[in-house]
Amino acid sequence: MIIDLPRFIATERPTWTELEKMLDRLEEVHGRKMPLEEARRFHLLYQKVSADLGRVATFASEPELKQYLESLTARAYGEIHETREHGNKFRLIDWFLNEFPRAFRRQSGAFVISLVIFLVGMVFGGFATAFDEDAKEAIVPGQFAHLLRDPAKRVAEEEHPKHHRHGGDAHSEFASLLMTNNIRVGIRMLGEGITLGIGTIFELFYNGVILGMVLVDFILAGQTMFVLGWLMPHGVIEIPSILIAGQGGLVLGKALIGRGDRASLTERMRAIGKDLMALTCGFAMMLVWAGIVESFLSQYHEPVIHYWQKIAFGVVELAVLIWFLGFRKVPADSDTA
Amino acid sequence: MSTRLEIRTPEGIAFSFALAGPVARCLAWIVDLVVIFIIWMGIMRAGQAALLIFPDVANAVMMLALFAVSIGYGLVLEWLWRGQTLGKRLVRLRVMDADGLRLQFHQVLLRNLLRFVDMLPLGFYFVGGVACLVSRRAQRLGDIAANTVVVYNRKPTEPDLDQLLAGKFNSLRQHPHLEARLRQRVSPEEARLALRALVRRDELEPIARVSLFSELADHLKSLVAFPPETIEAMPDEQYIRNVVDILFRTRDAEARPEARAKRKEPEMAGTRG
Repeated sequence: MIIDLPRFIATERPTWTELEKMLDRLEEVHGRKMPLEEARRFHLLYQKVSADLGRVATFASEPELKQYLESLTARAYGEIHETREHGNKFRLIDWFLNEFPRAFRRQSGAFVISLVIFLVGMVFGGFATAFDEDAKEAIVPGQFAHLLRDPAKRVAEEEHPKHHRHGGDAHSEFASLLMTNNIRVGIRMLGEGITLGIGTIFELFYNGVILGMVLVDFILAGQTMFVLGWLMPHGVIEIPSILIAGQGGLVLGKALIGRGDRASLTERMRAIGKDLMALTCGFAMMLVWAGIVESFLSQYHEPVIHYWQKIAFGVVELAVLIWFLGFRKVPADSDTA
Repeated sequence: MSTRLEIRTPEGIAFSFALAGPVARCLAWIVDLVVIFIIWMGIMRAGQAALLIFPDVANAVMMLALFAVSIGYGLVLEWLWRGQTLGKRLVRLRVMDADGLRLQFHQVLLRNLLRFVDMLPLGFYFVGGVACLVSRRAQRLGDIAANTVVVYNRKPTEPDLDQLLAGKFNSLRQHPHLEARLRQRVSPEEARLALRALVRRDELEPIARVSLFSELADHLKSLVAFPPETIEAMPDEQYIRNVVDILFRTRDAEARPEARAKRKEPEMAGTRG
């Protein structure tokens, strides 16, 4: 109990002011790290202010003072008890090059599931197209109406010298459209993990069905080279990036379910937060590249460019991607963000 | 849905934050939408001239800029302004870690990425609103996934005690030992209640005003019994004024106005929580 409140305030105010100034400095500069001596002083001040709050909390006359000390304690508590890595520096390139492959490998199980669901969808879509003529119209959404046309006719049009390509000569605009649209799809797919992963699974399966239908439709029409040359340059990046978004959604869903995990929901979410961020950063960057390739390369066909050249380009891209995500040496986990 | 987030530190000290409800959050979001719309208009106006010279590149840049603003507005501002966007600043809200720790970038990212789920259907925030109402800590789905909460960030203003109490003679101060006992026995909540009653006394209906101050006076009299000759002719409202004067103004501060002014400094500067 405080007998002499004015004296208590007069004695302790320098401590409060000093802690408040230190907190202001910490909050003003992102990523500021305190030297050891300063950190020790900060800890001491935090303990003193906490003790003062404990004394004032039982005293009626100073609710504003109590609120002030509560605020100081709350701000200092966040700094003192934060044991996670510093979240202040975010370097996009560094995250893409190092944190993204690390997170991908840590959560590789979810990627495999994502891939399997997508492949099951592809097989389903392929069978549906091969054995049911009406399946295409029933499954393909309105925005992909161009896929419903006869593949042979479409190839003939695309290869015509005066054909008006997707996006015309406005390659940059078309690339932007593809990037923004695909990144939205990726974000949605990851975000649907909040439905315990069910939404993500459905999206993965459905995207697989569409791709399977298109591939089988063109293959059955004898246009295998065309469809590979058309899809591979951008598809070998775009499809894995969608699978990675699905991987993120499944990781999120698994953390929410928490089956077989003794950690609390809060702890589980904390554990995956950094990985989800890395995966998001990764698939967004991949989709930027895929958008550029789709706009500037994929829309050109023979006789402008040979299909084998486009397929070879796609194979090289895929090989680089597999090396980058699976085999490239990345430095040990650091405090980059 | 609880209205406060209580945090107890390992040192045994407890503090709390007032949780923001769906209405306040909706107001902040409307302000943010207006800001985003204004930025969009600015981008489109700035791109008009470039469209004439480089139509393809200008269109591409504009499209990317609009997308970046719509995705990055909340992300960047909440990160740089420690959990606040312009709308949240105006409505005095703040996003914070649900355990009171430092807000991390991945938390800001996750809650913003999951916004589209909360906005369902058709951007009306029905999912987020329902989640906010049923959640223990008033969290939308994005907040649950990111382990964040939105709290009120109001700076408490010190009431003008001088005007309220008008420097009248306080007969209760003739009994210093009872004055000390009063300070000891009245809880912070009771003190705050009495102060609020005084601040808002003119907003009350006459009958309600008499009844409220009578009830408060009876309660406070039951905590500390001042001599009957001191309080017998004193109206209930005056009694409450005198009690609040004792609780909120120390003798020292009363005697020295400069000391009182000095005392206000920390109280006005702090309270970001």
